[in-house]
Amino acid sequence: MTETMVEKKIYPSTEFVLGKWQSEINVRDFIQRNYTLYEGDSSFLAGPTEATTKLWQECCDLFKKERENGGVVDMDTKIVSSITSHGAGYIDKSLETIVGLQTDAPLKRSMQPFGGIRMAEGACKSYGYEVDPEVSEIFTKYRKTHNQGVFDCYTPEMRKARHAAILTGLPDAYGRGRIIGDYRRIALYGIDRLIEDKKEQHASIDGEMNAEKIQLKEEIAEQIRALNEMAQLGEIYGFDIRKPARNAKEAIQWLYFGYLSAVKEQNGAAMSIGRTSTFLDIFIERDLKEGIITESEAQEMVDHFIMKLRLVKFARTPEYNALFSGDPTWVTESIGGVGVDGRPLVTKNSFRYLHTLENLGTAPEPNLTVLWSTKLPHNFKQYAAHISITTSSIQYENDDMMRVTHGDDYAIACCVSSMVVGKEMQFFGARANLAKCLLYAINGGVDERLKEQIGPQFRPITSEYLNYDEVMERFDSMMEWLAGLYVNTLNVIHYMHDKYCYERAQMALHDRDVKRYFATGIAGLSVVADSLSAIKYAKVKTIRDENGIVVDYEVEGDFPKYGNNDDRVDSLAVDLVKNFMNKIRKHHTYRNSIPTMSILTITSNVVYGKKTGNTPDGRKMGVPLAPGANPMHGRDMNGAASSLASVAKLPFHDAQDGISNTFSIIPNALGKDEVFMGDLAVSFDPGCCEASLN
Amino acid sequence: MAEENLGNIHSFESCGTVDGPGIRFVVFTQGCPLRCKYCHNPDSWGVNINQKISVDEILKKYDGVKEFCKGGITVTGGEPLMQIDFVTALFKSAKERGIHTALDTSGVLFNRNNTSKIDELLKYTDLVLLDIKHIDNEEHKKLTGLPNVNILDFARYLSENGKPMWIRHVVVPTITFNSAYLKELGRFLKELKTIKALDVLPYHDMAIPKYENLGINYPLTGVPPLTKEEALEARSYILEGLKG
Repeated sequence: MTETMVEKKIYPSTEFVLGKWQSEINVRDFIQRNYTLYEGDSSFLAGPTEATTKLWQECCDLFKKERENGGVVDMDTKIVSSITSHGAGYIDKSLETIVGLQTDAPLKRSMQPFGGIRMAEGACKSYGYEVDPEVSEIFTKYRKTHNQGVFDCYTPEMRKARHAAILTGLPDAYGRGRIIGDYRRIALYGIDRLIEDKKEQHASIDGEMNAEKIQLKEEIAEQIRALNEMAQLGEIYGFDIRKPARNAKEAIQWLYFGYLSAVKEQNGAAMSIGRTSTFLDIFIERDLKEGIITESEAQEMVDHFIMKLRLVKFARTPEYNALFSGDPTWVTESIGGVGVDGRPLVTKNSFRYLHTLENLGTAPEPNLTVLWSTKLPHNFKQYAAHISITTSSIQYENDDMMRVTHGDDYAIACCVSSMVVGKEMQFFGARANLAKCLLYAINGGVDERLKEQIGPQFRPITSEYLNYDEVMERFDSMMEWLAGLYVNTLNVIHYMHDKYCYERAQMALHDRDVKRYFATGIAGLSVVADSLSAIKYAKVKTIRDENGIVVDYEVEGDFPKYGNNDDRVDSLAVDLVKNFMNKIRKHHTYRNSIPTMSILTITSNVVYGKKTGNTPDGRKMGVPLAPGANPMHGRDMNGAASSLASVAKLPFHDAQDGISNTFSIIPNALGKDEVFMGDLAVSFDPGCCEASLN
Repeated sequence: MAEENLGNIHSFESCGTVDGPGIRFVVFTQGCPLRCKYCHNPDSWGVNINQKISVDEILKKYDGVKEFCKGGITVTGGEPLMQIDFVTALFKSAKERGIHTALDTSGVLFNRNNTSKIDELLKYTDLVLLDIKHIDNEEHKKLTGLPNVNILDFARYLSENGKPMWIRHVVVPTITFNSAYLKELGRFLKELKTIKALDVLPYHDMAIPKYENLGINYPLTGVPPLTKEEALEARSYILEGLKG
């Protein structure tokens, strides 16, 4: 065998543009000084390499096997997952350019009992596995879990509200997620430098020790431990990530080890990755310039990285999957956007990420999210639109709106929650069901399904026909109660999550003093708006059971319905959002977090609907609530723009964590395809028709 | 005081993307003299009163969504020219506010001997979407119940008066998906000077449930929807006629 005599360079020699990022941990500064805006088109992109195609085929075979097996290929029942719990695992070592798996084999689900041992046991049991009795014993007898902590402190009222599902989907037995580590830091600085920084932070907490400071000091100690374990994780795979990445391949690999550490320890409801494409482009661009890699090799690394993100899986119970409609991981990656200086943050790598949908085929994960701005380069818009049309796999969010609040280095956690990477986090709070709250207001706190006193025993409404003013007065008091109970329930949950299931890996990649959002949410907005509208503009008759509890309603006459851009009812929805948010604001929130609210049940609305009785708008028990801020199904009669106009009235200030209006359109209703010939004079194909119509 | 000019309106679509340029606010008028076999809005045929709405109310609705509907307003139907006074009033007010106006019509009510009303309407109309159902007069009668003479004449009239138009043509297997007819249509279009776009619409059968709800027999049972490839083929025949 003869080796080629030309030794290929592995590391570039060019220095990056220096700046503040050297004297402090500041990835944004590094990006701003070093990235190369790309305004060209997609013609530079490379197709999949042979290795990529082969490797992805192996993954697809595994996915198939997983489906055939009834949902999982294998589950770990003995090893409690941690950053360093498993040896190296590969799909096909000889083909992988980016390595690392959650366990020692692809798709083998890790066991994560810190959120709750019963959840871990239940997840195993539902697929025919059993958690090792010793592990069960440890996490029952000796090591308390988040779930146990929560239930130690839930009040009877909280338990009842949870049982009746007026508070639903609470992260009290599963990982809260929604925290994005700044995984880029590992590539840029290396673990050693990050530990040094964290040690300084640790030392800076000194003097009078109160509970807050003790908590933070202990957490930073945990973060340092996590960083050390990340370095060990690197070693397990044969890399020294204590030092900064020296080339593109290392940068992707280092960054991925950070993310991998997070998903090895946290089975969070959303484990988003951040905003990595433009950051990584800086390394790729330098390697390309120096001839160390080709475009095809660059794309291969990106493809392999994305492939790894597609393999992220968690052990979850069927109930969990029902709530979230499937088994989502919400590996959201935010792409594009525009910098505060007006330069779009689009690079060649923004294209490469989207291109993975062509090279590997479509997939819901990672959730590729384009931060859309009118100022994005035209070619990028075109390419994103093209990929959307061919794959239906891109999410878009309004960068022009979010940049005002978060600057230009934020990312999306889950589907819409925006946060500055490494500087902000959120306490995920699931939802309060306002539709049920309205029914409680009518029935004096008695649950319409369970027929039990769940809410406070306020005076029920006894009249045959509902009177708007009377209902509003009772509803206001009931919301007051619900808001207080909701915030306090979440306070318990997040206190315990921090205590027993702390996200040390993700938080190690944050600043010392993070801004925390207290993310509450509401469900049932349109049902309540329509119900109030029916009570106000039509006549609503109550139908009672033998005990006088209102169990059904008869609406006489028509009434304005939310989703038609009709102010009479839209204003009811707006007031509702403002009002409930203001009630939330009255309460103390854990760790002085900033209360926000979302109106975005994307999928859980079905489950919520099952648990909500008949409502005064004529909706029947069990019928799904509309998702998010959507109008109720079939009630918007004037097309999408009117529906959007109703939604657009909702105050973003009072629902900062996101408002959703989900709708689908058959492709033909989205505009003309190429059968249509506009501007006839110029677009005639010269081959077929030279005659111009002019 | 004059009687208020109210429109008999079937419905609204605030996010119309196929009836004229851009995203448009689409007004569907109630009532149509044609009975096209492939009609996908049979519920808009009758002249029974649906909802009576004033010009101001419609413009108010448009105002509420104008951030989305930057394309303008399209009036379609039914057949808008059955309520020509109302559409004229609507377009006049729209033009006063600088809103782009498009009229989607079959032109079947056009009469060259009496154009005062249509002239007035065209003054406020930026674009006409002219739907030519069939180029052959006999076939047109079979397909729609009425001859196409007025329609073709309306097309010429628009051309003579310099009015921009889009030509729409629904291609139905076994009826209009026929190279000879399509080429003939192309030859006819060649005479027209103001065509801005050619909109070949492949026949679809998504309206069947509407017919079932209305208790009307669906006239094209068994006719398959036209595929995109066939639509492109149909278009090439029209272009061939245009070229010839």
